[in-house]
Amino acid sequence: MIELYILLILMIIGAVLALEIKDLLSAVIITGAVGLCLSAAFLLLKAPDLAMTQLIAEIVLVIILVRATISSDSRVEQSKRNHGTFVCVLISLSLFLGASGYVIAKLPIFGKPLMRISRTYLSEALFQTTVSNAVAAITLDYRIFDTFVALVALFTGVIAIMALSGPKSNNSNKK
Amino acid sequence: MIYFLCFILFSIGIYGVLVKRNIIKLIISTMILNYAVYILLVLMGFRWQGQAPVFAADQGIGFMVDPLPQSMVMVSMIVGLAVTALLVAVAMRLYQEFKTFDLKAIIKTKIKNKPETDDNA
Repeated sequence: MIELYILLILMIIGAVLALEIKDLLSAVIITGAVGLCLSAAFLLLKAPDLAMTQLIAEIVLVIILVRATISSDSRVEQSKRNHGTFVCVLISLSLFLGASGYVIAKLPIFGKPLMRISRTYLSEALFQTTVSNAVAAITLDYRIFDTFVALVALFTGVIAIMALSGPKSNNSNKK
Repeated sequence: MIYFLCFILFSIGIYGVLVKRNIIKLIISTMILNYAVYILLVLMGFRWQGQAPVFAADQGIGFMVDPLPQSMVMVSMIVGLAVTALLVAVAMRLYQEFKTFDLKAIIKTKIKNKPETDDNA
Protein backbone atom coordinates (compact mmCIF):
# COMPACT_ATOMS: atom_id res chain seq x y z
CA MET A 1 0.00 0.00 0.00
CA ILE A 2 2.97 2.31 -0.55
CA GLU A 3 1.18 4.07 -3.42
CA LEU A 4 -1.64 5.08 -1.08
CA TYR A 5 0.89 6.74 1.24
CA ILE A 6 2.47 8.51 -1.74
CA LEU A 7 -0.92 9.81 -2.90
CA LEU A 8 -1.85 11.05 0.58
CA ILE A 9 1.50 12.82 1.04
CA LEU A 10 1.05 14.38 -2.42
CA MET A 11 -2.37 15.59 -1.31
CA ILE A 12 -0.90 17.15 1.85
CA ILE A 13 1.87 18.90 -0.13
CA GLY A 14 -0.70 20.13 -2.66
CA ALA A 15 -2.98 21.45 0.10
CA VAL A 16 -0.12 23.41 1.73
CA LEU A 17 0.96 24.80 -1.66
CA ALA A 18 -2.61 25.78 -2.61
CA LEU A 19 -3.03 27.69 0.63
CA GLU A 20 0.36 29.42 0.63
CA ILE A 21 0.82 30.36 -3.04
CA LYS A 22 0.08 34.02 -3.82
CA ASP A 23 -1.49 33.68 -7.27
CA LEU A 24 -5.17 32.69 -6.89
CA LEU A 25 -5.42 30.98 -10.30
CA SER A 26 -2.46 28.70 -9.49
CA ALA A 27 -4.05 27.89 -6.13
CA VAL A 28 -7.27 26.80 -7.86
CA ILE A 29 -5.37 24.60 -10.35
CA ILE A 30 -3.36 22.98 -7.51
CA THR A 31 -6.62 22.23 -5.69
CA GLY A 32 -7.78 20.47 -8.84
CA ALA A 33 -4.62 18.34 -8.74
CA VAL A 34 -5.35 17.46 -5.08
CA GLY A 35 -8.85 16.34 -6.04
CA LEU A 36 -7.52 14.17 -8.87
CA CYS A 37 -5.08 12.53 -6.40
CA LEU A 38 -8.12 11.83 -4.19
CA SER A 39 -9.87 10.23 -7.16
CA ALA A 40 -6.85 7.95 -7.80
CA ALA A 41 -6.75 7.06 -4.08
CA PHE A 42 -10.43 6.02 -4.26
CA LEU A 43 -9.57 3.77 -7.19
CA LEU A 44 -6.80 2.13 -5.13
CA LEU A 45 -9.22 1.70 -2.22
CA LYS A 46 -11.60 -0.32 -4.45
CA ALA A 47 -14.26 2.39 -4.72
CA PRO A 48 -14.70 2.90 -8.48
CA ASP A 49 -18.09 4.67 -8.19
CA LEU A 50 -16.59 7.23 -5.85
CA ALA A 51 -13.57 7.73 -8.13
CA MET A 52 -15.84 8.59 -11.07
CA THR A 53 -18.06 10.89 -9.01
CA GLN A 54 -15.04 12.67 -7.54
CA LEU A 55 -13.49 13.12 -10.99
CA ILE A 56 -16.64 14.78 -12.38
CA ALA A 57 -17.28 16.90 -9.27
CA GLU A 58 -13.65 18.05 -9.21
CA ILE A 59 -13.64 19.14 -12.85
CA VAL A 60 -16.94 21.03 -12.41
CA LEU A 61 -15.61 22.76 -9.28
CA VAL A 62 -12.33 23.77 -10.93
CA ILE A 63 -14.25 25.22 -13.90
CA ILE A 64 -16.51 27.24 -11.55
CA LEU A 65 -13.57 28.48 -9.46
CA VAL A 66 -11.50 29.43 -12.53
CA ARG A 67 -14.53 31.33 -13.85
CA ALA A 68 -14.71 33.18 -10.51
CA THR A 69 -11.01 34.07 -10.33
CA ILE A 70 -10.14 34.76 -13.96
CA SER A 71 -12.58 37.64 -14.31
CA SER A 72 -11.16 39.46 -11.31
CA ASP A 73 -8.48 42.12 -11.61
CA SER A 74 -6.95 41.49 -8.19
CA ARG A 75 -5.77 37.97 -8.87
CA VAL A 76 -2.79 38.15 -6.50
CA GLU A 77 -3.49 37.71 -2.83
CA GLN A 78 -2.21 40.62 -0.75
CA SER A 79 -2.13 39.61 2.87
CA LYS A 80 0.09 40.51 5.74
CA ARG A 81 0.39 37.65 8.17
CA ASN A 82 -0.78 38.38 11.68
CA HIS A 83 1.85 36.61 13.77
CA GLY A 84 -0.23 36.38 16.97
CA THR A 85 -3.11 34.61 15.22
CA PHE A 86 -0.68 32.39 13.33
CA VAL A 87 1.07 31.18 16.50
CA CYS A 88 -2.24 30.62 18.34
CA VAL A 89 -3.65 28.59 15.44
CA LEU A 90 -0.45 26.52 15.17
CA ILE A 91 -0.49 25.71 18.91
CA SER A 92 -4.17 24.70 18.89
CA LEU A 93 -3.69 22.59 15.76
CA SER A 94 -0.73 20.74 17.29
CA LEU A 95 -2.94 20.06 20.35
CA PHE A 96 -5.62 18.77 17.97
CA LEU A 97 -3.13 16.47 16.22
CA GLY A 98 -1.87 15.18 19.58
CA ALA A 99 -5.41 14.42 20.72
CA SER A 100 -6.15 12.67 17.43
CA GLY A 101 -3.81 9.88 18.56
CA TYR A 102 -6.45 8.79 21.10
CA VAL A 103 -9.15 8.83 18.39
CA ILE A 104 -7.01 6.76 16.03
CA ALA A 105 -6.51 4.17 18.77
CA LYS A 106 -10.31 3.75 19.01
CA LEU A 107 -10.84 3.35 15.25
CA PRO A 108 -10.87 -0.12 13.65
CA ILE A 109 -7.42 -1.24 12.47
CA PHE A 110 -6.66 -0.31 8.87
CA GLY A 111 -7.50 -3.22 6.58
CA LYS A 112 -9.94 -4.92 8.97
CA PRO A 113 -13.31 -3.13 8.78
CA LEU A 114 -16.08 -3.73 11.33
CA MET A 115 -18.82 -4.50 8.76
CA ARG A 116 -21.50 -5.07 11.39
CA ILE A 117 -24.32 -3.65 9.26
CA SER A 118 -22.77 -4.11 5.84
CA ARG A 119 -22.52 -7.88 6.24
CA THR A 120 -26.33 -8.09 6.18
CA TYR A 121 -26.50 -5.71 3.26
CA LEU A 122 -23.89 -7.65 1.30
CA SER A 123 -25.46 -11.06 1.90
CA GLU A 124 -29.03 -9.96 1.08
CA ALA A 125 -28.65 -7.14 -1.46
CA LEU A 126 -28.54 -9.29 -4.57
CA PHE A 127 -31.74 -11.18 -3.69
CA GLN A 128 -33.70 -8.28 -2.20
CA THR A 129 -32.85 -5.54 -4.71
CA THR A 130 -31.49 -7.48 -7.75
CA VAL A 131 -28.84 -4.76 -8.17
CA SER A 132 -25.36 -6.14 -8.75
CA ASN A 133 -23.55 -3.04 -7.47
CA ALA A 134 -23.71 -3.00 -3.67
CA VAL A 135 -23.00 0.74 -3.36
CA ALA A 136 -25.89 1.58 -5.70
CA ALA A 137 -28.15 -0.86 -3.84
CA ILE A 138 -27.39 0.77 -0.48
CA THR A 139 -27.58 4.37 -1.75
CA LEU A 140 -30.75 3.99 -3.78
CA ASP A 141 -32.63 1.28 -1.91
CA TYR A 142 -31.69 0.62 1.72
CA ARG A 143 -30.82 4.24 2.55
CA ILE A 144 -33.05 6.04 0.06
CA PHE A 145 -34.33 8.49 2.69
CA ASP A 146 -30.78 9.69 3.40
CA THR A 147 -30.32 10.26 -0.33
CA PHE A 148 -33.69 12.01 -0.49
CA VAL A 149 -32.77 14.49 2.27
CA ALA A 150 -29.39 15.08 0.63
CA LEU A 151 -31.19 15.88 -2.63
CA VAL A 152 -33.40 18.36 -0.75
CA ALA A 153 -30.20 20.05 0.51
CA LEU A 154 -28.81 20.02 -3.05
CA PHE A 155 -31.88 21.74 -4.50
CA THR A 156 -31.93 24.27 -1.66
CA GLY A 157 -28.35 25.15 -2.65
CA VAL A 158 -29.37 25.48 -6.30
CA ILE A 159 -32.25 27.83 -5.36
CA ALA A 160 -29.86 29.95 -3.26
CA ILE A 161 -27.36 30.14 -6.14
CA MET A 162 -30.12 31.24 -8.55
CA ALA A 163 -31.28 33.89 -6.07
CA LEU A 164 -27.73 35.19 -5.67
CA SER A 165 -26.79 35.30 -9.35
CA GLY A 166 -29.86 37.25 -10.46
CA PRO A 167 -29.77 40.90 -11.55
CA LYS A 168 -28.44 43.47 -9.10
CA SER A 169 -30.84 44.58 -6.41
CA ASN A 170 -32.08 48.15 -5.99
CA ASN A 171 -29.94 48.58 -2.87
CA SER A 172 -26.69 48.20 -4.78
CA ASN A 173 -27.86 50.39 -7.67
CA LYS A 174 -28.44 53.32 -5.33
CA LYS A 175 -24.81 53.43 -4.15
CA MET B 1 -0.42 5.78 10.69
CA ILE B 2 -2.42 6.28 7.50
CA TYR B 3 -5.30 7.72 9.52
CA PHE B 4 -2.85 10.28 10.93
CA LEU B 5 -2.13 11.62 7.43
CA CYS B 6 -5.87 12.26 7.02
CA PHE B 7 -5.88 14.17 10.31
CA ILE B 8 -2.92 16.25 9.07
CA LEU B 9 -4.87 17.07 5.89
CA PHE B 10 -7.89 18.02 8.01
CA SER B 11 -5.79 20.32 10.22
CA ILE B 12 -4.34 22.03 7.12
CA GLY B 13 -7.94 22.78 6.09
CA ILE B 14 -8.75 24.17 9.55
CA TYR B 15 -5.58 26.31 9.40
CA GLY B 16 -6.71 27.76 6.07
CA VAL B 17 -10.20 28.55 7.36
CA LEU B 18 -8.84 30.27 10.47
CA VAL B 19 -5.88 32.23 9.05
CA LYS B 20 -6.64 33.14 5.43
CA ARG B 21 -8.47 36.38 4.59
CA ASN B 22 -9.06 35.81 0.87
CA ILE B 23 -12.47 34.33 0.01
CA ILE B 24 -11.09 32.04 -2.72
CA LYS B 25 -8.56 30.67 -0.20
CA LEU B 26 -11.40 30.05 2.27
CA ILE B 27 -13.33 28.09 -0.39
CA ILE B 28 -10.19 26.04 -1.15
CA SER B 29 -9.78 25.30 2.60
CA THR B 30 -13.35 24.01 2.86
CA MET B 31 -12.71 21.80 -0.18
CA ILE B 32 -9.61 20.38 1.54
CA LEU B 33 -11.66 19.71 4.71
CA ASN B 34 -14.17 17.82 2.54
CA TYR B 35 -11.42 15.72 0.95
CA ALA B 36 -9.92 14.78 4.32
CA VAL B 37 -13.28 13.51 5.64
CA TYR B 38 -14.00 11.55 2.43
CA ILE B 39 -10.67 9.75 2.41
CA LEU B 40 -10.87 8.99 6.16
CA LEU B 41 -14.33 7.39 5.81
CA VAL B 42 -13.32 5.31 2.81
CA LEU B 43 -10.08 4.21 4.51
CA MET B 44 -12.10 2.92 7.47
CA GLY B 45 -14.00 0.56 5.16
CA PHE B 46 -10.95 -0.86 3.38
CA ARG B 47 -10.01 -4.55 3.63
CA TRP B 48 -6.65 -6.10 2.82
CA GLN B 49 -6.82 -7.92 -0.54
CA GLY B 50 -10.38 -6.62 -0.83
CA GLN B 51 -12.43 -6.45 -4.01
CA ALA B 52 -14.81 -3.76 -5.22
CA PRO B 53 -18.34 -4.33 -3.83
CA VAL B 54 -19.86 -5.54 -7.09
CA PHE B 55 -21.55 -8.94 -7.20
CA ALA B 56 -20.07 -11.25 -9.81
CA ALA B 57 -20.22 -14.98 -10.38
CA ASP B 58 -16.75 -15.74 -9.02
CA GLN B 59 -16.72 -13.27 -6.12
CA GLY B 60 -17.36 -14.17 -2.49
CA ILE B 61 -18.94 -11.78 -0.02
CA GLY B 62 -16.11 -12.24 2.46
CA PHE B 63 -13.56 -10.47 0.25
CA MET B 64 -15.49 -7.28 -0.46
CA VAL B 65 -14.61 -3.90 1.02
CA ASP B 66 -17.23 -2.18 3.20
CA PRO B 67 -19.86 -0.59 0.87
CA LEU B 68 -21.62 1.47 3.57
CA PRO B 69 -18.99 4.27 3.97
CA GLN B 70 -18.71 4.41 0.19
CA SER B 71 -22.42 5.10 -0.24
CA MET B 72 -22.34 7.69 2.57
CA VAL B 73 -19.37 9.48 0.96
CA MET B 74 -21.12 9.38 -2.43
CA VAL B 75 -24.14 11.25 -1.02
CA SER B 76 -22.03 13.75 0.92
CA MET B 77 -19.90 14.42 -2.17
CA ILE B 78 -22.95 15.69 -4.07
CA VAL B 79 -23.96 17.92 -1.15
CA GLY B 80 -20.36 19.19 -0.86
CA LEU B 81 -20.43 20.13 -4.55
CA ALA B 82 -23.62 22.17 -4.00
CA VAL B 83 -22.20 23.89 -0.90
CA THR B 84 -18.96 24.85 -2.66
CA ALA B 85 -20.89 26.16 -5.67
CA LEU B 86 -23.00 28.24 -3.27
CA LEU B 87 -19.84 29.66 -1.65
CA VAL B 88 -18.47 30.58 -5.09
CA ALA B 89 -21.76 32.33 -5.92
CA VAL B 90 -21.53 34.35 -2.69
CA ALA B 91 -17.88 35.21 -3.46
CA MET B 92 -18.75 36.41 -6.99
CA ARG B 93 -21.62 38.49 -5.63
CA LEU B 94 -19.28 40.10 -3.07
CA TYR B 95 -16.80 40.79 -5.87
CA GLN B 96 -19.53 42.53 -7.87
CA GLU B 97 -20.30 44.77 -4.91
CA PHE B 98 -16.82 45.50 -3.53
CA LYS B 99 -14.39 44.72 -6.40
CA THR B 100 -12.13 42.66 -4.15
CA PHE B 101 -11.86 39.15 -2.67
CA ASP B 102 -10.13 40.39 0.50
CA LEU B 103 -12.40 40.07 3.55
CA LYS B 104 -10.56 42.78 5.51
CA ALA B 105 -10.99 45.31 2.70
CA ILE B 106 -14.67 44.40 2.42
CA ILE B 107 -15.23 44.99 6.14
CA LYS B 108 -13.34 48.31 5.91
CA THR B 109 -15.53 49.50 3.01
CA LYS B 110 -18.62 48.38 4.89
CA ILE B 111 -17.66 50.43 7.97
CA LYS B 112 -16.85 53.48 5.84
CA ASN B 113 -20.26 53.41 4.11
CA LYS B 114 -22.22 52.64 7.25
CA PRO B 115 -24.38 55.84 7.51
CA GLU B 116 -25.64 55.29 3.96
CA THR B 117 -26.34 51.60 4.18
CA ASP B 118 -28.09 51.84 7.56
CA ASP B 119 -31.30 53.15 5.98
CA ASN B 120 -31.40 50.49 3.30
CA ALA B 121 -30.80 47.66 5.71
